[in-house]
Amino acid sequence: MDFEKVEEGIWEAKKKGKMLVPARVFASDEIFKGIEQGAMTQLENVAQLPGIQKASLGMPDMHWGYGFPIGGVAAFDAKEGGVVSPGGIGFDINCGIRLVKTNLAAEEIREKLPKLMDRLFELVPAGVGEKGKIRLERSHLEELFRTGARYAVEHGFGWKNDLKSIEENGEMEEANPEKVSEKAFKRGMPQAGTLGAGNHFIEVQEVSEIFDGKFAKAFGLFRGQAVIMLHSGSRGAGHQIATDYLGVMQNAMKRHGIEVPDRQLACAPIESKEGRDYLEAMWCGVNYAFANRQAMTHWTREAFEQVFGMEAESMEMDVVYDICHNVAKFEKHEGKELLVHRKGATRAMPAGRPENRGKYEKTGHPAIIPGSMGTASYVLVGKAKGLKETFASVCHGAGRKMSRHEAMKRKTGQQVKKDLEAKGKIVKGKSMHGLAEEMPEAYKDIDEVIESVTLSGLAEKVSMHKPLAVMKG
Amino acid sequence: MHELFEHKADTGIRGTGNSYEEAFAECARSMCQAMADVNKIGAKEHEKLDLETKDLEELLVAFLNHLLYLKDVKGTFYNKFDLYITNVGGKWQLKGTAHGEKIDRKKHRAKGEVKAVTYHQLKVEKKGEEYLVQCVVDV
Repeated sequence: MDFEKVEEGIWEAKKKGKMLVPARVFASDEIFKGIEQGAMTQLENVAQLPGIQKASLGMPDMHWGYGFPIGGVAAFDAKEGGVVSPGGIGFDINCGIRLVKTNLAAEEIREKLPKLMDRLFELVPAGVGEKGKIRLERSHLEELFRTGARYAVEHGFGWKNDLKSIEENGEMEEANPEKVSEKAFKRGMPQAGTLGAGNHFIEVQEVSEIFDGKFAKAFGLFRGQAVIMLHSGSRGAGHQIATDYLGVMQNAMKRHGIEVPDRQLACAPIESKEGRDYLEAMWCGVNYAFANRQAMTHWTREAFEQVFGMEAESMEMDVVYDICHNVAKFEKHEGKELLVHRKGATRAMPAGRPENRGKYEKTGHPAIIPGSMGTASYVLVGKAKGLKETFASVCHGAGRKMSRHEAMKRKTGQQVKKDLEAKGKIVKGKSMHGLAEEMPEAYKDIDEVIESVTLSGLAEKVSMHKPLAVMKG
Repeated sequence: MHELFEHKADTGIRGTGNSYEEAFAECARSMCQAMADVNKIGAKEHEKLDLETKDLEELLVAFLNHLLYLKDVKGTFYNKFDLYITNVGGKWQLKGTAHGEKIDRKKHRAKGEVKAVTYHQLKVEKKGEEYLVQCVVDV
């Protein structure tokens, strides 16, 4: 595909063949060079989907996925025959990230970190096949699917105020459990409040740099502060919802006269029964993940309370923000009501948008970008240019540059752990193999990825965080 | 024979054999290998399988997805299979039994989770005497 640099940090491939819109990638020269052809082809494929608006968009952490590239953003207009595609959201619906602050200095907690990680490991269920501590009956899960993080708070997991610091207040209102299969219910019941495995983690970090004092203050962040980042998703419930509707869409496409270049792009018109059913079921998955991270926030606070002997309230362990990485939602852009798909991408709505009503009205919400294990993470804030260029979307992390297989060949999990510990970082994982797959070298350079975002003017840096200790599933 | 193949973000799983049944079973073993040490799993749990789809590719996806569903709901890894694949009235059916063991993270050397089966790089083919099936799974 022939991309041309249209301005600093922005690359475009003009539409050709069956593409309905151009493809655009937001990346520095260095990052752009590293994006593989497979991901570019996938971006071109997405540009062929009915009703797509403006351009098929690739974030700087973009890499080859299945169907849509990971780090892909695409918006569709129902009035122009626009579609919804489960492949544009991913199997781990609302895989996302939450940032919790404290009023403690990283220096104060350093000594007790090993103990803290032990407690976290005991309190938060993690790893393959690990069942949750929360026992949900079918009727409970139905309520959880409907009300998301609110369900968790109403059942003693966390504080009412937390809800104000979650995308959509932690509750997709149009979620409809009647559209969720029994299989998804059965997978969801035992797994509520579990971290999972793979790239999911709980990390204790130090705010190592503040780039913008005004925004940092509004977000409750200061240099030297200890904060916690939590990454998890909708577990088996979300995976099953996506799987079920991928099948439904395969069959529906013929009926709706839609042809796609890759089966994984199966989709249906937003206004069709299949499209609507999927949206309502997918939003249940979104709610499940919000509740999941809410429960884990509660146990994280418990671990801090037990280790530091203070109330979580007096440690001011408030949620800074909780944001989705895999989702599709209706948003108003340039006068149109669009369904924006973000697959491995983060919303970064600047000030003045209705989505920020409440706590972050005047600043825009924090866009939380985790780095790979052992490297820095960032908090950004969206700019008006991002709204225009990417429907207010930015990257969701560093993005893989090495396959898991390749990573495994380079180092063992033990070696990865040792290397990180030599740098003063504590690593606790349920699986050594998992640690090897997630080694920092397997990912792009997060600093360069973030530079790409700021270079193209999508968002501004607010703070950088260095990892102190990490728990992996 | 089963093997994992390279994919940047996810993992490819492949099975080959002298029949579709063998290739499907080997592919499922490959998926199990992506989560644990497939050779450490005993045959203590038995699950009946009965699936039907309109083509063979979908049958592979349905079969593997069903095993992921069972992994979460029954808490079991499956590594041995007695399968019967037939075409009845234009539809493809898979019947038989999956054998496995309740997940024991230490014993099975569990290492990761397969979230779902994708249609990406999906192949169900017969080349000469060899049957080959593969796809990419989301991990």
